[in-house]
Amino acid sequence: MTNSDLNRYKDKAFQVFGICCTFLGLIVLAVFLIDILIKGLGRIDWDFITSLPSRRAMRAGILTAWVGTLWILVLTALIAIPLGVAAGVYLQEYARKSRLSDFLEINIANLAGVPSIIYGLLGLEVFVRQMGLGESLLAGAFTLSLLVLPIIIVTTREAIKAVPGSIRDASLALGASKWQTIWMQILPASAGGIMTGVILSLSRAVGEAAPLIVIGALAYVPFVPESPLDEFTVLPIQIFNWVSRPQEEFLINAASAIIILLFITFLLNGIAVYLRYRQQKKVKW
Amino acid sequence: MMSFQFKIPNLNTAFLIGGTILLSACGGGSGDSGSGENLSGEVRIDGSSTVYPITEAVAEEFRSESPGVRVTVGVSGTGGGMKKFSRGEIDIVDASRSMNENEASMAAENNIKYIELPVAYDGLTVVVHPENDWVKDITVAELKKIWAPEAQGTITRWNQVRPEWPDQELHLYGAGVESGTYDYFTEAIVGKSHSSRGDYTASEDDNVLVQGVSTDPYALGFFGFAYYDENQGKLKAVPVDDQDDSNGKGAILPSLETVKDGSYAPLSRPLFIYVNSTAVVRPEVVEFVNFYLDNAAELSEEVGYIQLPAERYEEQRNRFEEFVQSSVQQ
Repeated sequence: MTNSDLNRYKDKAFQVFGICCTFLGLIVLAVFLIDILIKGLGRIDWDFITSLPSRRAMRAGILTAWVGTLWILVLTALIAIPLGVAAGVYLQEYARKSRLSDFLEINIANLAGVPSIIYGLLGLEVFVRQMGLGESLLAGAFTLSLLVLPIIIVTTREAIKAVPGSIRDASLALGASKWQTIWMQILPASAGGIMTGVILSLSRAVGEAAPLIVIGALAYVPFVPESPLDEFTVLPIQIFNWVSRPQEEFLINAASAIIILLFITFLLNGIAVYLRYRQQKKVKW
Repeated sequence: MMSFQFKIPNLNTAFLIGGTILLSACGGGSGDSGSGENLSGEVRIDGSSTVYPITEAVAEEFRSESPGVRVTVGVSGTGGGMKKFSRGEIDIVDASRSMNENEASMAAENNIKYIELPVAYDGLTVVVHPENDWVKDITVAELKKIWAPEAQGTITRWNQVRPEWPDQELHLYGAGVESGTYDYFTEAIVGKSHSSRGDYTASEDDNVLVQGVSTDPYALGFFGFAYYDENQGKLKAVPVDDQDDSNGKGAILPSLETVKDGSYAPLSRPLFIYVNSTAVVRPEVVEFVNFYLDNAAELSEEVGYIQLPAERYEEQRNRFEEFVQSSVQQ
């Protein structure tokens, strides 16, 4: 056997290995989805979506949970996106290489790895108690914003880095100021990448239960929140609550609620993919 | 600071849905006793996830009595709830154990007076795999031998517990150390709260323990009665003998009756709510607690727990009334 034959076999072997890895992930996901769909799909109807929580599994609904989740999502996006993108732009475009910027960079990278429950404890002390927001939607959204900020900052920087230097040079050469260059060239050109980061981070925020339980998000809320200062519950807490019940019917409710949560996440991703697609069509170099 | 513009897309649906709820509430809720109809305000509850189903059921029923009162219930655990309670952040705390000394002194520091009201029982049930044909009963001393901290690494086979049991590995399943269930079980069996061997499969989620015991022929585990009750086909409950004949002779199985009359000892435990004295100046809180005590018997059984004897509820109502009187005067 020649050396090149051997290399060809190795190549083939690695290809098979790669395919196996890909399918393993997909199969696990498929099994999970099919299991959830079989268990939960039959339970979803209009009443389930528009009813309040109840001790009777068949009468219980997720109205307050999904409305709470939407509130949290919108508020978190409003807080985290401007802060995260601005921080990313600063670090990438303005910050000089210095001890301070190194320090900031290391810390942001570390923050991305902090367990979410720690953010919950921080949120409880700072937002709920010190700032006096109470166990409100706003306190929850601030907490989750902290949680997702590192992801947004890092992806923003990566997206900006990917913009070709020639675009920047051309803009500056035509007399645009630094700010004009960033606002009219860099940001539009990198919007697709930034959007991806934002969606990934919001999808993560939607699935969090632990930090919200710590800051005092509730399990039983018999009213739909009407302002950012209202108390709330979210879908993951409702699911967590139902999964730990002894009665089988609650487990079915949990499966149904998971389907709704997945639906919200997919919807979000769908919107992002669409926006990115439109954006990419506009940007042509 | 926050603009209210982003409320608008949500508000329409909120109104729509809110309207529907209001309508249905009006349809069903009229014709009850009139006392609570005009109440408004808020009752804030947090604490044990074990007690949560009862409080949720009570809150749900209370809505038709007093639709104007916003009752909210959290699940930060007995410890987390107690912390909030002793800071005066909530009106009522759900507790699956009594308040401990630290919590009591913290409440005293913040000038918080409170009353402890038992609302139902839970029977911690010792279970084995359904095909386990050797365990007919177990004594508290044997349970202690199995679960004591000294047992770690030494008591690992069934025949070490009782010689006639088979020479097979013993696999243990139990509540996680953060739960009130663990505290109660160790207190009742080992004799010291929060002290046991560490080499067992621990989970805060009782459904995981059910899964574990029901698939392992050499398993022994414990969890709340409701989880056994719902999974009777997959599990076998073990009668427990406390070797004290004054409260029932021999080994006793947990059931609605034996837990209620106290013969299933020492593993039947009371579940509590604690009420803050500064909260009971508000009529909606008083009304809610009274409603709780009036309906706890029926509702606790509906969600899988065991009611107290009727006279105990009567006694709690009287105690609570006195507590309200003395708190209002101050």
